[in-house]
Amino acid sequence: MSKILVGLKRVVDYNVRVRVKPDGTGVVTEGVKMSINPFDEIALEEALRIKEKGGATEVIVASIGPADTQQQLRTGLAMGADRAILVQSDAPVEPLAAAKAFLKLIEKEGPQIVLLGKQGIDDDNNQTGQMLAALWNRPQATFASKVELDSGRAKVTREVDAGLETIEVDLPAVITTDLRLNEPRYVKLPDIMKAKKKPLDTLPIAELGIDAGSQFKTLKYEAPAGRSKGVMVKDVGELVAVLKQKGLI
Amino acid sequence: MTKILVVAEHAGGKLNPATAKCVACASAISGAEIDVVVLAADASAVADQAAKLQGVKKVLKVENAANAEPLAAVLAPQIAAAAANYTHVFGPSTTFGKDLMPRVAALLGVGQLSDIMAADSAYTFRRPIYAGNAIITVEAAKDKKVVATVRVASFQAVGEGGSAAVEAAAVNAEIPTHTRFVTRSAAATGRPDLQTAARVVSGGRAVGSADNFKIIYGLADKLGAGVGASRAAVDAGYAPNDLQVGQTGKIIAPELYVAVGISGAIQHLTGIKDARTIVAINKDAEAPIFEVADVGLVGDLFTVIPELEKALG
Ligand SMILES: Cc1cc2nc3c(=O)[nH]c(=O)nc-3n(C[C@H](O)[C@H](O)[C@H](O)COP(=O)(O)OP(=O)(O)OC[C@H]3O[C@@H](n4cnc5c(N)ncnc54)[C@H](O)[C@@H]3O)c2cc1C
Ligand SMILES: Nc1ncnc2c1ncn2[C@@H]1O[C@H](COP(=O)(O)O)[C@@H](O)[C@H]1O
Repeated sequence: MSKILVGLKRVVDYNVRVRVKPDGTGVVTEGVKMSINPFDEIALEEALRIKEKGGATEVIVASIGPADTQQQLRTGLAMGADRAILVQSDAPVEPLAAAKAFLKLIEKEGPQIVLLGKQGIDDDNNQTGQMLAALWNRPQATFASKVELDSGRAKVTREVDAGLETIEVDLPAVITTDLRLNEPRYVKLPDIMKAKKKPLDTLPIAELGIDAGSQFKTLKYEAPAGRSKGVMVKDVGELVAVLKQKGLI
Repeated sequence: MTKILVVAEHAGGKLNPATAKCVACASAISGAEIDVVVLAADASAVADQAAKLQGVKKVLKVENAANAEPLAAVLAPQIAAAAANYTHVFGPSTTFGKDLMPRVAALLGVGQLSDIMAADSAYTFRRPIYAGNAIITVEAAKDKKVVATVRVASFQAVGEGGSAAVEAAAVNAEIPTHTRFVTRSAAATGRPDLQTAARVVSGGRAVGSADNFKIIYGLADKLGAGVGASRAAVDAGYAPNDLQVGQTGKIIAPELYVAVGISGAIQHLTGIKDARTIVAINKDAEAPIFEVADVGLVGDLFTVIPELEKALG
């Protein structure tokens, strides 16, 4: 039995233009569309492809979040995951706590590969996979744009500032996805029906026996300094004149 | 006493300018003592460059053949060991730092702050979330080490002229062998580096093909600019991945940014909000890029760019 564990985070949909509440206590999330973090959809797609090619026998999706996160886990099941685990936490968890929770799931499930997104598009942290790999004392292959499996090892191409880097890691390992790893499949209606029958276990975070406390306190939320609309020019001649006037050329 | 350890980023014996920006962030914390650690197979050349950075007290060299390539799994335990006597550990929010610093933090049993754009005090920082749609002020617990990545586009590099002591540091850490470097392909372009260039010209989906992208390169060369791209242009294979600008690509702060055939999606804008002057060329007068552009020109890039090149002489 070789399993793949995939993290699915519930986040504000990427099409929503997030706004800070006028009183600075948070961002507006009431009535806002929630979705699977886009990088996590890519992680799940990769896991499903590995399974379809015979590289794994079971794909488990897991999330740490409030009860409503069941929606995103059901979507993951409809995409093709075999079962889902919700670690229920009404308070948001910091990446270190998320990593500790994932480690508990790893100890229970014994996956060969843990696939997470490179970053949650809510807090833009980009930490959980690296922290999990450290706590697990296993390799990390972050920002993956290509994953090749070969008897107990993975060759992973990573998107780095300098271009593309390839590393080889022994399994088990944590892999985090970049955008160009694959294009996630669409969920079809019959799959949504089938997903309703797939197992989704819920366990309260308190039962994991981890310290899920936080180290950071958010004092204030502010809207970013806006850029004001500039001037429109009507042709290249005017454009060049403005750039000259600004001392840019 | 605030003691900050800055992890140097380097390649090919050269210190990456991101390091001087991390030192700038550390220098914003009053009374902080700042050291830099250089991990390499042979750290001397890089350590000498780091020693010149203004505000640095000491440079620690951690030399090991295993440090020839910057593998996070290999470097992290050594940095965690070297960090014992520090209150803070900073690295850049480049792919190097993003890969490495969370692993360091977890080994130290603490959390991490990503992309700090301002240090208001030793334990109060500002950082962007939601692709820059909100800026939060965060207070870190004072009884724990602060591990952070520094949003390099938010800081001006410190100058040179310092003369810090360089010393070899003996760190006691177990180095794993489960992770191995295979290869790195970097397109040597001869153009200014996107992350440090004073001017950047970026092309979007509208450019239409990898071959057409030479229009963008041509204009960039005329301006002595670096080249960037939107995600759509990279996904379509018009430009390599390391040119992507935005939330999930590079965050840049050039003097001049020219967006050509880019619509201005929020994920793209987050990468350029610190640019001094944004110029947008787009054939759709309603494109959102014009909301943030300092200078906008509605037109077809295939006629505008050749004209512009000619006008630049
Ligand atoms: C999780 C996530 C992360 C993302 N991260 C990034 C990121 O880091 N960077 C990024 O860029 N995007 C990112 N995106 C994608 C982003 O949402 C947009 O899809 C992307 O930026 C669009 O690229 P574009 O502007 O080139 O293409 P389009 O949106 O298709 O815009 C093309 C523009 O070209 C104009 N045009 C067409 N023909 C011409 C012509 N002949 N002359 C002049 N103008 C013309 C059109 O009017 C249009 O405005 C991300 C998305 C997600 C979901
Ligand atoms: N609460 C969570 N539930 C499920 N997955 C998570 C959670 N937090 C983080 N992850 C995973 O870790 C990745 C990186 O998240 P972050 O470190 O928060 O940017 C995400 O893309 C998810 O795959």
